Amino acid sequence: MAAFVVSPLKMGPLLVLWLAGCLSGTWAVDRGNFKTCDQSAFCKRQRALKPGQSPYRALLETLELTNTKLTLQLINDNNKVRLLLELYRLQGNMTRVKINELKPLKPRFEVPDVLINDPPTEPLSLLSRDENGVVLSLGADSQRLIVSAKPFRLDIMEGREVLLSLNSRGLLAFEHLRIRKDTQASQQFEIAKEDEKVEDGMWEETFKSHTDSKPNGPSSISLDFSLPGVENVYGIPEHADSLKLKATDGGDPYRLFNLDVFQYEVFNPMALYGAIPVMLSHSAQRTMGIFWLNAAETWVDISSNTGSSETPQTDVRWISESGIIDVFIMLGPTPTDVFSQYASLTGTQAFPPLSALAYHQCRWNYNDQEDVAAVDQGFDDHDIPYDFIWLDIEHTDGKRYFTWDPHKFPQPKDMLQGLLDKRRKMVTIVDPHIKVDSSYKIHNEIRSKGFYVKSKDGGDYEGWCWPGNSGYPDFTNPEMRAWWASMFAYDQYEGSMENMYTWNDMNEPSVFNGPEVTMHKDALHGNWENRDLHNLYGLYVQRATAEGLIERSGGVERPFVLARAFFAGSQRYGAVWTGDNAAEWEHLKISIPMCLSLGLVGVSFCGADVGGFFKSPSTELLVRWYQTGAYQPFFRAHAHLDTPRREPWLFGPENTALIREAVRQRYALLPYWYQLFYHAHHSGQPVMRPLWVEYPQDTATFSMDDQFLLGRDLLVHPVTEEGARGVTAYLPGKGEVWFDVHTFQKHNGAQNLYIPVTISSIPVFQRGGSIISRKARVRRSSSCMEHDPYTLFVALSPKRFAQGELYIDDGHTFNFDKQKQFIHRRFSFANNALSSRNLAPGSQFTTFSWVEKIVILGASKPSKATLKTPDGKESQLEFEFDASMSVLTLRKPGVNAGLDWTVVLQ
Amino acid sequence: MDFNLAGVHWLSDLLLCTQPLPVPTIPTERQFYEENKPFTCLDGSSTIPFDRVNDDYCDCRDGSDEPGTAACPNGSFHCTNAGFRPTFIPSSRINDGICDCCDTTDEYNSGATCQNTCREMGRKERESLQIMAEITKEGFLLKQQLIHEAKRGQEDKQGKLTELQGSKKGLEEKVEALRTVKETAEDPEKEAKERHLKAWEEQKELIRMEKDKTRMAEAFLELDDDADGYVSVAELQSHLELDPDSDGSLSETETQGLLGGADKVDTSTFETVWSGIKDKYLSEVSQGQSEPPAPVETPQEEESRDFVSDHDSDHYPEDYAGEEDVEDDEEDDHEEEEEEEEKVPPTVQTPEKREDDEVSMPPYDTETQSLIDAAQKARDDFDEAERALREVDDQMKNLEKEIGFDFGPSAEFAYLYSQCYELSTSEYIYRLCPFNRVSQKPKFGGSETNLGLWGQWAGPEDNLYSVMKYDHGQGCWQGPNRSTTVKLTCGKETVVTSTSEPSRCEYLMEFTTPAVCQEPASLDEVLHGHTEL
Repeated sequence: MAAFVVSPLKMGPLLVLWLAGCLSGTWAVDRGNFKTCDQSAFCKRQRALKPGQSPYRALLETLELTNTKLTLQLINDNNKVRLLLELYRLQGNMTRVKINELKPLKPRFEVPDVLINDPPTEPLSLLSRDENGVVLSLGADSQRLIVSAKPFRLDIMEGREVLLSLNSRGLLAFEHLRIRKDTQASQQFEIAKEDEKVEDGMWEETFKSHTDSKPNGPSSISLDFSLPGVENVYGIPEHADSLKLKATDGGDPYRLFNLDVFQYEVFNPMALYGAIPVMLSHSAQRTMGIFWLNAAETWVDISSNTGSSETPQTDVRWISESGIIDVFIMLGPTPTDVFSQYASLTGTQAFPPLSALAYHQCRWNYNDQEDVAAVDQGFDDHDIPYDFIWLDIEHTDGKRYFTWDPHKFPQPKDMLQGLLDKRRKMVTIVDPHIKVDSSYKIHNEIRSKGFYVKSKDGGDYEGWCWPGNSGYPDFTNPEMRAWWASMFAYDQYEGSMENMYTWNDMNEPSVFNGPEVTMHKDALHGNWENRDLHNLYGLYVQRATAEGLIERSGGVERPFVLARAFFAGSQRYGAVWTGDNAAEWEHLKISIPMCLSLGLVGVSFCGADVGGFFKSPSTELLVRWYQTGAYQPFFRAHAHLDTPRREPWLFGPENTALIREAVRQRYALLPYWYQLFYHAHHSGQPVMRPLWVEYPQDTATFSMDDQFLLGRDLLVHPVTEEGARGVTAYLPGKGEVWFDVHTFQKHNGAQNLYIPVTISSIPVFQRGGSIISRKARVRRSSSCMEHDPYTLFVALSPKRFAQGELYIDDGHTFNFDKQKQFIHRRFSFANNALSSRNLAPGSQFTTFSWVEKIVILGASKPSKATLKTPDGKESQLEFEFDASMSVLTLRKPGVNAGLDWTVVLQ
Repeated sequence: MDFNLAGVHWLSDLLLCTQPLPVPTIPTERQFYEENKPFTCLDGSSTIPFDRVNDDYCDCRDGSDEPGTAACPNGSFHCTNAGFRPTFIPSSRINDGICDCCDTTDEYNSGATCQNTCREMGRKERESLQIMAEITKEGFLLKQQLIHEAKRGQEDKQGKLTELQGSKKGLEEKVEALRTVKETAEDPEKEAKERHLKAWEEQKELIRMEKDKTRMAEAFLELDDDADGYVSVAELQSHLELDPDSDGSLSETETQGLLGGADKVDTSTFETVWSGIKDKYLSEVSQGQSEPPAPVETPQEEESRDFVSDHDSDHYPEDYAGEEDVEDDEEDDHEEEEEEEEKVPPTVQTPEKREDDEVSMPPYDTETQSLIDAAQKARDDFDEAERALREVDDQMKNLEKEIGFDFGPSAEFAYLYSQCYELSTSEYIYRLCPFNRVSQKPKFGGSETNLGLWGQWAGPEDNLYSVMKYDHGQGCWQGPNRSTTVKLTCGKETVVTSTSEPSRCEYLMEFTTPAVCQEPASLDEVLHGHTEL
């Protein structure tokens, strides 16, 4: 689910009138519902400023240097307002730049709860100082930070090279808080004095029929960054756009403002459901990141001199409506470094239960318990595995979350038990809008505890959403979150069981009758306006829910929560999806750059609705979407209420077989997915990666977003063209080889490879030099495969070398973390010997799984294969050798997957 | 050998991989699994030592070497299910912790605790088969009756049709005859009426002229202020309504022009002047008491609005009014309004009520009246005959339609024709009128929604008459038109047993009727067929 407009029959008549106006019957987004920069007063004001001499000057005499930071005052020579600059050198090669008003009229919002801790600092040292500025050492690598006084500017240098400059274009602009001037006369006077104009939209702004009262007046901030030598920037999701960000000159900037956009269009910079203000820059020399920690509405302008003869340079400008400037400059220099640096700030991907990486079957809506049982049985009848079946909003009693429709779902526990008996699970939706209804317990408690967001007049804020008139709990309040979490206890959420997990939709939040379909900016979260923290709301919703799922199990079980809106740090709480897409080929294609962009900024657990949410896919599109989704992190089919049913077996036996095969490939590869997610959780490395992340010097990969890597070792080029007869995949890596995972055919790296395809083709290649574990015995759910044996696929590099890993734990608890109960093995093939050794000596876990088969690609025929175990025993393994493909298959080593062993080929 | 290996610690079992598992108990295949002899895969692809049969490693491409383990992705496992029905399950369900075979044989090593439920299931199945068999038996008897009735009904209808064909011919002749009578009577009627009308017109003209003259005389007197027997320029000049160029003033020259160039005219010359000004001329008397005439159209308009709303409810049948989607309603309403605007007849001219016409036409003279009466009678007779013919035609059409319907191989479904069957759920009353339509009506207010009109029989090739399809129902918001699939099963009674909406706007109805009951095999046979073992 679910866009803000659907079949109006589920809404009250009042809404319908309003909807009738909104729905002019077209499928495209109604752009008129959402602001352009020109319609957003602060963006318009800020964008009107052109590059030039900055009015800001550093007052060097105010400089103070302590162990942890440097502080310095800046003055705007036009209005004499002073700012306070704080500079930090952070551990792990990062620099933090904070700018706030020296003496704001009232405190300005600083984003809480996103950083996992107060980032540890390293000392800065003063290298030189004169009346023009100061030079500071950033520690290693001869990195220096130059503070220029007039005009104020910062340059980060390495050797003689400028890595990045701040305010080099003079676009630092900090609207200080001021007292509203009520009379015309005093305004005139002030203008003369401060040289400041009072413009429209500073103290009040109207968009469509909505007026935003702005009691605090103008408060926006802006800063520019120049990146010499950089031609490629990425990130700042969520946008339905290419992986490589485009220059925004002549158009609107990329917008970051969490919105429920009905029927979004692809390839434009409009804001979508989530916002992560992190941009990565990349060149063949270096990868860096800029993390703009601000949760207000934000616009990002990008311009680039690409094409001119000068040294390439990309200029970026960030504009936010309120808060302070708080920027983390992640200096890389490698992509891996940037991922680690960002992870050290905001944390890593939550490690999902293994089953959450399997296949999810969703639809708005599975109608009743019988329907759920029939779909569940359908999967068994057609021998297609699945782990989760989902219930959208219709399962509730009148859109009252935490309840069940008494007619359609009279016995939820029986239903859940039925799924549990098949070792399967369910997700029910719990949205953050609460029906205003005095007979609804959840509403009454929130109201009586004063937990609702307040309107500017102080009463409970109310808006329209699925249930009709709704309140919005203030998730920014820790007490509210604790109470919300407690509602997931088994005795609170009636009918819930341990195999039931949660979906938070509409958490932008979506307000059908609000400005831009979201909350009024002057609504109040405690002392702060929604304006200050809008983009953070969705994160808090998902966080409170995830904490609820953890608590209900006494802290034992890993939660699984899917959310639509997100912010920096959301990766810690679960999965996200790309919202209400459509059954169109373009939407299938855009799912790749959308999830790649999220992966670059920490959110690995990403997926798009398989099949497309709106409209009905052709059978070919549906099959291709399954094939693509099977190789994307979050793999869930979903469909709009008004579309025809599309369970995998409804399109004839051939298509059922194609979908079955795609899903089975997913299940066989679950050990690899699980290992990648362990890594994402452990070190912040993305699961789904653009090619340039692994081939940072290969310029051919820089704007590639029709193919991707899973980890380092699998390259996927999904077929996303209608009627395709072939695709051209780029296999990177000079001197490397890649093996087709289906045919075992070997291909050289650093080439464009044309691959003829049929409807059954999913072009996937394993990198020569890697070892990937699969489970070949695909069963009806991932839980059923827990104890099954592994098959190792060893793809040899041209130097006859390969390496891989295997991670095993119980699949669902925190014991891997709290009690080090896991197995982490390193497989290495070198000198004709394949061995397994322990990567985590401090850990402990027992698995029943064993190694049933080893397939070595690019091998030559041995005379014998000897298995050696630590007890000194040796045994001969039988093998088969396929000379035409150079594939050696070792039969049944039979060793337990948790043990040390070696196979020697002679 | 025994399937039940409970008690063997299966971790060590798997690690050692030496415990041979039993060969399948499929009677026809058992012969291929001969202990201690090399095993050849059933597809012949390779031969392996017998200790690799069921050794938890897949050697055969067809999976035949692992009939008792989950090792082969394409393998299958045979559950004997003594007491119930033997069956195959995919190998992937062996030892997956879920009890699939009722005899528990699929979970011999997973730790799952399964109960042998075969006997219980067998018993239940036998019971339900028995019940089904009884129903089928009775249903089939009923079906014979239905076939018999349908045959008789069909004959009746055929007979009726023949009968109607006969009477139709007579009626056609009668209509033609009466048409001639009518036409013969209408000619003299028309002439007489025209004559009468012409005389009346002439008389009216006379009256009009008389009136005009009177008006002229009155006007002359009115204008001739000084009563000198002449109307002068000055006297006429006060009548601004006569201003030829409508500039608001009547100049002397203009007035002279009105008077034919003269300064004043006498009564007789005024006759010519009068004909030029009489249309504009306003009597000074009526000008003085100028009470604007009440706009006759106002009540008229209201009347036409009333007409619209009547028309609204009359014209739009339940199909429209019953639109479930509020959105659609909105649109429909809008459309209706537009349509209404078109459909409202242009404001009818106010029936003429001007003074001249107050005198009504005198009644026809007796001669004309008797001609009219004669013609009217001929018309009435003709109309009646024609109506009778139409009725016969309609009846014939309905009969032909009914006779033409595909009521099944033996017309066993004919009894459903023009019947309706209802099912009440918590929210709606569903109504199936076979061979006509399916509809849904909210229980608590709201109008009916058309879920589809009779389309065709839509069962599979070998059982065409097991499914009915109704389509082209009311449209869905951004979706298809509603349609309903009706699944027919054998039952003693004719009842709608369930309805659902598996996919939006695609309804499914289950319907029992004796008409689909097949000739039952003898009960013994049925039971025997399922109790082998």
